[in-house]
Amino acid sequence: MKFKSLSIYLLTSSIFLLCLLSILKIMSTLQGIDFTNLNISQNFILGICLSLGLLVVGNKLNHFIKIFSFTSVFTIFYLYINESAPIWYYISVFIVILFFSHKVKNYNLNYLKEDFVSEKIIFDFITLFGIIFFAFVILFPFYIMLVTSFKTQIALLVNPLDFSLDFKKDLSDLFKSYFVIFDTYNFGRYILISSFVSIGTVIITLMFAIPAAYAVARLNFFGKTFLSSSILIIYMFPAIVLVIPLYTVFSQLGLRNSVVGLLIVYTATTLPVAIYMLQGYFKSIPKEIEDAGIMDGHSWFGIILKIIIPLSLPAIASVALYVFMIAWNEFLFSLMFLDNPKSFTLSRAIQYLTGDAETPRQYLMAGSVIVTLPVLVIFIYFEKYLVSGLTAGSVKG
Amino acid sequence: MSDTLSKIEKRTAYTLLLPAVFLVFSIILFPIFANIWISFKEVSLKDIRIPEPRAKKIVKSISENTSELKIIYKLRNSSLIQKISDVEFKDKLPSNVIPVDLDSRCEFKSKIIKCQFGEWKAKYRENFEVLIKDENNNEIDKEVIKSQKPSLSGKADNILLTTNFTLKNFKKVFYENDFLDLLLTTFYFTFFGTIGAIFFGILAAQLVNQNFYGRSFMRSILLFPYVGPVVALAYTWTLLLDPNSGTFNALMVNFNIFDEPINLLGQKYMVMNIFGFELKLRLALTTVIFFEIWRYFPLAFLFILARLQAVPKDLYEAAEVDGAGPLKKFVHITLPQITAIISILFMIRFIWNFNKFEDIFLLTGGASGTRTLPINVYQQGFAISDIGMGSAVSIVIVLLLIIFMFIYFKLIGRKANEI
Repeated sequence: MKFKSLSIYLLTSSIFLLCLLSILKIMSTLQGIDFTNLNISQNFILGICLSLGLLVVGNKLNHFIKIFSFTSVFTIFYLYINESAPIWYYISVFIVILFFSHKVKNYNLNYLKEDFVSEKIIFDFITLFGIIFFAFVILFPFYIMLVTSFKTQIALLVNPLDFSLDFKKDLSDLFKSYFVIFDTYNFGRYILISSFVSIGTVIITLMFAIPAAYAVARLNFFGKTFLSSSILIIYMFPAIVLVIPLYTVFSQLGLRNSVVGLLIVYTATTLPVAIYMLQGYFKSIPKEIEDAGIMDGHSWFGIILKIIIPLSLPAIASVALYVFMIAWNEFLFSLMFLDNPKSFTLSRAIQYLTGDAETPRQYLMAGSVIVTLPVLVIFIYFEKYLVSGLTAGSVKG
Repeated sequence: MSDTLSKIEKRTAYTLLLPAVFLVFSIILFPIFANIWISFKEVSLKDIRIPEPRAKKIVKSISENTSELKIIYKLRNSSLIQKISDVEFKDKLPSNVIPVDLDSRCEFKSKIIKCQFGEWKAKYRENFEVLIKDENNNEIDKEVIKSQKPSLSGKADNILLTTNFTLKNFKKVFYENDFLDLLLTTFYFTFFGTIGAIFFGILAAQLVNQNFYGRSFMRSILLFPYVGPVVALAYTWTLLLDPNSGTFNALMVNFNIFDEPINLLGQKYMVMNIFGFELKLRLALTTVIFFEIWRYFPLAFLFILARLQAVPKDLYEAAEVDGAGPLKKFVHITLPQITAIISILFMIRFIWNFNKFEDIFLLTGGASGTRTLPINVYQQGFAISDIGMGSAVSIVIVLLLIIFMFIYFKLIGRKANEI
């Protein structure tokens, strides 16, 4: 029993350390250091020795003395096994091993005798590994997007692994791609169009959705149950089945290639979910408050404007942010409807850029950063509102 | 009294609902029905312009006499396939200027030349000439004449509104379109994309549900792929996976994991040799599925996390007292708590992955074995410009969708409302 838990501990912990060191090595390779070998077996054995040493010493030493001495020794071993590299790399290795030694501080020989200890060990390391794995897998493409926009095509073709940024250069040199896409590719205009379309969609959607949601939530009328149950079903029909009829009709009406056409389509496609979200919230407002409003002689319009809207600002905020995000990110309709560069949205403009194989990739990535950044900033800033929007609107995506 | 009140209430409700219902009806429901109509017609992209009569005006002097001019109208039917009937032409002349020897189809009245051209066949062209002169033999300003644009009108059938139907499109969809492969690819993509997203969603939710430093930061990061614009993310991935100078392949070759770069998005099959068995993996499709999982697992994560946070803590404490390990706790407490939400997620994600267009379109454009039904709608309707055919494929999607929704609401519709 003890042997089993010991071997599981050694195995999982050293695999974990190996993953940490490999990720560090990959990231350093991307800074232009010339590594060609991950040294998997050597570093694995190194990890086993380190874990075993830490386990055996256990609580007999002061925690800080223990982890610092072990880390120093093993960093030197690591130096000896692996290729030579700049000093900052060794400092990072030291920090990684320090982090690892700190994480396994709970483990000592007595701990291995506890119940279910092998399961606990596996769960602990899966958690640790999972956090790093998910963070790495998710952030890596964003990192590449950002860094590529600061490089040049030639530098990347010469060495596709060197993403190091030279901050000694002029700032205007570093941000050259951004200047180019604004000057030559007219991105300023596309940002304006995209913002106009997204904000316009939000305003029109709210103007249509708030009265409708109020009616569904509060008033009695014929066909109410039918309507409220069909809202979500309508929402589940995808854009791709609407696109051909809309394309033909909009062509004949001259609405294709116009921002107005996009506004109409975006509003219509986001209305069902906006109504669905708002009516849920409106139902939770106590009816007595409205009765007081009726006593005061307000009309329905007055009740909505003076009572309902001020009371449901949080819900309206999450609907607005969610609709903004959908309109800003929308691609299919802007691809089908817009073929004149004068009325492109940002997404469509980036897609248009890729149509020309000659377009250097740093421009493409600079455009991608420009379209991604506002959404991420809004998301981080208003996370609470947006998450509730995402959850409610998640039947589509 | 209450009767009138309820009448007022009804009327208010309809007024409040009308704009939204009208918009949703015309932009979402109408197209779904319009698809049925178009799918029974032979229409191509260039047919959808309504034919119209057009005229180009050229002004010429005929002699040194500046009080006389010749106007040539180059008339044509804009359509190559449809006729226009009852073509009427109007143009205005400046005061004191009159036409000489006007064509018999036309008349001149109060400064306006008005002509009835009757029917124009498809591709119809005519050079229509009018001589004009000034009554007082003054000079006529060419520019004034030129700047006056003639107006034309005519009646033409809108090809979308005619009533000749055909079953050709559906025959083509099922027999000439490699339909079985199309369907299989779509299901393969949908199924594995959904399962993968839910699997990683459970994993991520289980992680974030524990206490560690930077937990709320982690939660925001996990949602990035879902929040980011698809265009930017898809192109970043294409760049990353590019076989020539993409970072992924360069890293793999650098660390000797791959012998040579692999075109992950452009290669249809990869033959793998596992224990002597030849295994053909659909490489590009698998890569696209991984992108799909990467982009949509956050949604599954969000839902499952919300559910996990609602699980009472004392359940776990009780299990610990009973001597259950982490694995048992997960299997016997966590899993039963999240099966309901997982089944809902599975159905919703299944329906949505089934309709996914942008991601595949941006990554591969439907090439190298990634042609799914939605991609096919685009290919038929816009790449081959066969609108009728594209609509027919849309109809197939809608029918399958209705079946899925029916299953969804039968199986878990009621459960979904409870959660």
